Amino acid sequence: MTNSLHIVVCAGVVPDPLQTLEPVTGASGPGIKNEMVLPAVLDPWAASALCEAAHLIANNPESKLWLVLLGPKAKLQQVMMTVAQKVKFELVAIDGPIGGFADAHATAAALADAVNSIAGLDRSKFLLFGGWESASRGAGVTLQLVGERLGVTDQFQGVDRIELREDGSFEVLERVEGGKHQVSVCAGAPAVLGWATGNLPEPKNNPQIGMTNMRSIMPALQKAKTAALDGNGPRYVSVCLPKQQRTTRVVKDLAPDAIAQELVEWMGGQ
Amino acid sequence: MESILVLTHADETGSTLTKASLEAVTAGKDLAARRGALLAIGMVAQNSAAAAATLNSSSARLLAVSGEAFAQPRYASDAAACEAVFRAAQATFVLAPESSRFARVMAGVAHRLGGCIDTHVTAISGAENVEATRWFYRQRVEAGLTRAARPWFLLLEPGTHAAFAGQPGEAQVEQVAVELPAPRTTVTGMRAPLANEQTIRPDAKLLFVAGAGWTKKQPDGQVHAKEAGELILGFLNASGASLGSSKSLVDQGSDGQPVLPFLTHLNQVGQTGATPRHAKGLATCCHGEEPHVVGWRFIGERRAISLDPNCGWTRGKADVVYVADAFQVMRRVNELLELKKQLPAPSS
Ligand SMILES: Cc1cc2nc3c(=O)[nH]c(=O)nc-3n(C[C@H](O)[C@H](O)[C@H](O)COP(=O)(O)OP(=O)(O)OC[C@H]3O[C@@H](n4cnc5c(N)ncnc54)[C@H](O)[C@@H]3O)c2cc1C
Repeated sequence: MTNSLHIVVCAGVVPDPLQTLEPVTGASGPGIKNEMVLPAVLDPWAASALCEAAHLIANNPESKLWLVLLGPKAKLQQVMMTVAQKVKFELVAIDGPIGGFADAHATAAALADAVNSIAGLDRSKFLLFGGWESASRGAGVTLQLVGERLGVTDQFQGVDRIELREDGSFEVLERVEGGKHQVSVCAGAPAVLGWATGNLPEPKNNPQIGMTNMRSIMPALQKAKTAALDGNGPRYVSVCLPKQQRTTRVVKDLAPDAIAQELVEWMGGQ
Repeated sequence: MESILVLTHADETGSTLTKASLEAVTAGKDLAARRGALLAIGMVAQNSAAAAATLNSSSARLLAVSGEAFAQPRYASDAAACEAVFRAAQATFVLAPESSRFARVMAGVAHRLGGCIDTHVTAISGAENVEATRWFYRQRVEAGLTRAARPWFLLLEPGTHAAFAGQPGEAQVEQVAVELPAPRTTVTGMRAPLANEQTIRPDAKLLFVAGAGWTKKQPDGQVHAKEAGELILGFLNASGASLGSSKSLVDQGSDGQPVLPFLTHLNQVGQTGATPRHAKGLATCCHGEEPHVVGWRFIGERRAISLDPNCGWTRGKADVVYVADAFQVMRRVNELLELKKQLPAPSS
């Protein structure tokens, strides 16, 4: 069974989650201290989307995969060094600001323009992928807004699985409340899928894929258009770290029995 | 006069508004009172007459989109419904619950109406200058923000407001007509990861987190994954707690390491997992690294059991850390809970 697909994955770059983050306010609004020098990674849920997209492409000949990546050029280049070794794609780079405080509406406009500018993208085969929420703004709205701008009104968020059928339709599983999945069947492309974790392990590095990708990645980075992302965005009144730092009582040398007693009392009537 | 719109939806019965919707009603009433504005409440429900009964005493204008097409949570029909209700109400602020159903569509709706949106909002303050509070960088940075653009859509995190509870009765509802595009998506049902083990319980008081230590080699040099599974499930059954997990533990399935068969990525708490809301949380065999603990932002009292006296929890992330073997402690906890069940309840 094969369906030819044109998948566009939208993604951003975010600080490695193991880094300490400290908010600062500069002339252009809030940001994260030294965000430009903190090690960055491809936004994790968008990385799941890329991995799922690559899997679909591999199983459906005549398909194509584009990665539309927005962030400061230098950061994009750094992240590409690892991502390019994982799966094969064509890069569309947008040189834009880093961080979670940029407005999602303006970001979506820049992404939609980039998707529109992709030569050879066939709307009847088009699936727009990305993470359902970013690890920076975490709003879960960007992909939806891009979809609206492109006139795609079959949209799914928190996706963990897609199963293509012979007739081009697909079944999709979205996360809903209470640890369940909502199951839907969509008639087919075009559609928007905001991915959660998905089902696939992260692909291993493959230097050969890296070499092939790099040939097109460097020119794509050079060609990256600049997106200013200003407009009718939010005005930040306060930006701070949580005040709550707990005073931890570390209990050593207490017998398991006594700990269990203490815990059951603490739990009270559940 | 200014109008504030609260958008709500029914649960899977199609005729009862969700708790998160009623929480948004409370927030809407507060905001309307502060701004001296009119309040309108819109409903998306298969049977809106029944759903509206709880809003009878809300003193709001009630609008609804009803019918079979709105039994299914899906983008095309829900976005059209919310858009139509808005066009009938013409509001400056739109408040709605951050449910999977509305989170799927509300940004699209805001865009259609030339408005803007902020999601995961935990508080709305101010009257003249309305300010929304939300978290950035996966609950690591908190910000207050305001916008000049209108309409301003705000999706409210469940659990941040009390649910509206008025005297139920027959309410006057204005039905709003919606022109729907030809349907391309059909919702075929719900799927729980494992039908017999419902481990995620959003309404539980306690979150119980299992970390990768449960399936690692123990001091006797052996892995005790089967016993770990039994202890964890035994505890969940006895306590009614909700089960969370670290990423390392849920990832083990795909890495070919020992697994706890009832865990999936849906249980994962943290940076790339959930941020649940519970009054208390107990972490076991989990190191308490930052990407995990960011998912604990909305957990009130926190305790942890770890063999490592220097684990992350000891650094201001938990209230109490027991440096102990979780196998031994949880075995005893389960026995005590079992005993408690057998004892007659104390007379008051
Ligand atoms: C991009 C990215 C995203 C991430 N997202 C997440 C996320 O969403 N959620 C998440 O959890 N992690 C996330 N992580 C991973 C995170 O950094 C940690 O690796 C992970 O949380 C560690 O899991 P753990 O504490 O269960 O395992 P470990 O670090 O292996 O810790 C196991 C602990 O168990 C203890 N232990 C062992 N046996 C016992 C026993 N018998 N009794 C008591 N204690 C015992 C050990 O002392 C140790 O402290 C992410 C990482 C990255 C890079």
